[in-house]
Amino acid sequence: MTKNLPLEQFDVEAVNKDGAQKLFQASEKIYPKRVEGTYRQVKWIIMTFCLMVYYITPWLRWERGAHAPDQAVLIDMANRRFYFFFIEIWPQEFYYVAGLLIMAGIGLFLVTSVWGRAWCGYACPQTVWVDLFLVVERYFEGDRNARIKLDNGPLTTRKIMIKAGKHISWLLIAIATGGAWIFYFADAPTLLMDFITLQAPIIAYSTVAILTATTYVLGGILREQVCTYMCPWPRIQAAMLDEESLVVTYNDYRGEPRRAHKRKAEAEGLEAGDCIDCNKCVVVCPMGIDIRDGQQLECITCALCIDACDSVMDKTGSPRGLISYATLKDYEKAKAGITEDKHKPILFRPRTLLYSAIWCLLGLAMVFVLATRSRLDVNVLHDRNPLVVQLADGSLRNGYTVKILNMQPHPFMAELLFDGLPNARMRIAGDGQKSFAMGESYKLELDPDKLRQMKIYVTLPKDAVPAGDIAFRFIAKIPEIEEYHESEANFHIKRK
Amino acid sequence: MTKNEIDEISGTETTGHDWDGIRELDTPMPRWWLWTFYACILFSLVYVILYPAIPLVNGATKGWLGYSTRIELKNSIDVALDEQKESRLKIENASLAEIKADPTLLSFAQAGGRAAFKVNCIQCHGSGAEGSKGNPNLNDDDWLWGGSLETIHQTILHGIRYEQDDDTRLSQMPAFGTDELLTPAEIDAVADYVISLSKAETPPGGEGADLFAANCASCHGENGGGNPEMGAPALNDQIWLYGGSKETVVESITKSRRAVMPAWAARLDAATIKQLAIYVHGLGGGQ
Repeated sequence: MTKNLPLEQFDVEAVNKDGAQKLFQASEKIYPKRVEGTYRQVKWIIMTFCLMVYYITPWLRWERGAHAPDQAVLIDMANRRFYFFFIEIWPQEFYYVAGLLIMAGIGLFLVTSVWGRAWCGYACPQTVWVDLFLVVERYFEGDRNARIKLDNGPLTTRKIMIKAGKHISWLLIAIATGGAWIFYFADAPTLLMDFITLQAPIIAYSTVAILTATTYVLGGILREQVCTYMCPWPRIQAAMLDEESLVVTYNDYRGEPRRAHKRKAEAEGLEAGDCIDCNKCVVVCPMGIDIRDGQQLECITCALCIDACDSVMDKTGSPRGLISYATLKDYEKAKAGITEDKHKPILFRPRTLLYSAIWCLLGLAMVFVLATRSRLDVNVLHDRNPLVVQLADGSLRNGYTVKILNMQPHPFMAELLFDGLPNARMRIAGDGQKSFAMGESYKLELDPDKLRQMKIYVTLPKDAVPAGDIAFRFIAKIPEIEEYHESEANFHIKRK
Repeated sequence: MTKNEIDEISGTETTGHDWDGIRELDTPMPRWWLWTFYACILFSLVYVILYPAIPLVNGATKGWLGYSTRIELKNSIDVALDEQKESRLKIENASLAEIKADPTLLSFAQAGGRAAFKVNCIQCHGSGAEGSKGNPNLNDDDWLWGGSLETIHQTILHGIRYEQDDDTRLSQMPAFGTDELLTPAEIDAVADYVISLSKAETPPGGEGADLFAANCASCHGENGGGNPEMGAPALNDQIWLYGGSKETVVESITKSRRAVMPAWAARLDAATIKQLAIYVHGLGGGQ
């Protein structure tokens, strides 16, 4: 590498620099400069992956037979079902989703305690979409200097055309973002056709409109302001990070004292660090901060300053890593001159082990519950009023609303019977006067993926009436697939 | 004016507040935040003009849009009624048997009947149709005037002993005591006999049985089985409309009971009455 390349100096200051305070402060527009390097590569890959997952998921198909939708991931609000590949969730099973959210939360804690703000820097939708919007901005307006020049220049037709092109592209991306969201809630191909032909429900259009607005405003205009002022996560981070979490660190013991003309200073016998004060780390920062000021709330650890600094170090011939991912502990060690154990985030420490253990336990518990859950359910509700009806012959009758849930997308022949109440007879309202003794099965058809509600009367003859209330059971069976479910019920004797 | 203190580390002014050595930074707000604040004020101004907002002594300002929750409610009720129109028309034109045979109509009628029952019937029959003294329980299988769909429908249409309706169900049990048709001692004997009828014992013969055969059996039947044609209750079952104690039975015989149920034909439309009949019939005791 040539050592005497002219190195560019950037005239820039950190947006949060020291200065006189006002009550309100106009936020300074940030013009992140393009940078290339390892982390930028990683970010491109993660960004592409995240966007693909978001846009493609609703279009994946998953065959479930004739009685259920074939969309792999579908939140069917109208029918109150949630489909996720081979899993179908009814509203009362929503705790699976709660469990997933808890796992996601703990997973985030785990990632944060090991890799710091990896979420913020790489995978957060705000980061991903701002990156995407920046690509568009660069396409229309050029890189940092061109953009500054354009913004400061007079309003010409060219400027209007460029700006219009950028904003229209942003809006199109925003519409596509909002548009993709609604496909998770209805059959995607059908909804797309309805949407284009203006046949889709109002809620679809308003959702797209709202998400278009938020995407455009948050991703295009507010950008880093979202992370600094709106998002609670950076504040929570303070409690999550410790001296063993990876953060983007400026190794000041190496860099200071920074000299713009390092060689000249060295020639003059002055002490000079590796930092040549070129400010490249500041111009590439999407948050507009100066990492050399130390750890800051605004830093999302996107590591673009590392790429920027490494490229400069390559040119100056200094070793890479003046700005690097390091834990506070590593930093202290390196500062003290201890070089071993560097860059080894310690995975096996009580905190991460605890997070991993909780995460795994939750996951195992959920998998277990999911694998063993019954797809047939019986809910019994005793009539509230009247509790007991005395019939002309003195026998007592109790009424129940029995709900049989067939949670599979197949029709079945099922049997309903009761147990634990000898001498009683069961009659199904609306199905004639035929009655069934204990253990006798009433055969019924269960519609696929539906709840079947029935009113059932159980009558106990006068001479079989015991002194107090009796507990018994309703049982539903699907002999075909050996599903079996029973539900407790009470037979009341007294009116009050 | 005191000079504000500058925090050394951040270079930001402090508010001057000090809590046990912890000082508060006075970081300036971003300007867009201020704009958001102004936008909210603007929104509220527009809202106040468009919608009812400012409370006055009598009511509140109406707002340009003339919005009111009452109108909203009325509209949604209208929409609901409009949606029901077709089904109600079908019910109006269908016979009771036809309604019962059609599952969709049946469930619509039951739901409508349940709603109408809650408004019009629970005052006497109770919210669960469980009845009370003098007001029959509609869940059981004991019917004064018959428990078929048609007889229930007829009862609801024209009521019982409801004088304003010419087709009302009429029957009057004589007040055996008040009108001195029987002596107190005879009434006592008949009461004992009547109570024994429901106890599944062999009814004792003697005075009570003779008096019953002479005075009561014409309506209540020889064995006290009742007669729904004339609303004479069965006396040999376990259900007592006014209570089965000796005292109550004596009172019933002495003064007679002539409870009234209003005719609903003039108050409710035909479809609603059919729905009510279907609902009551479906409470578990319908024949």
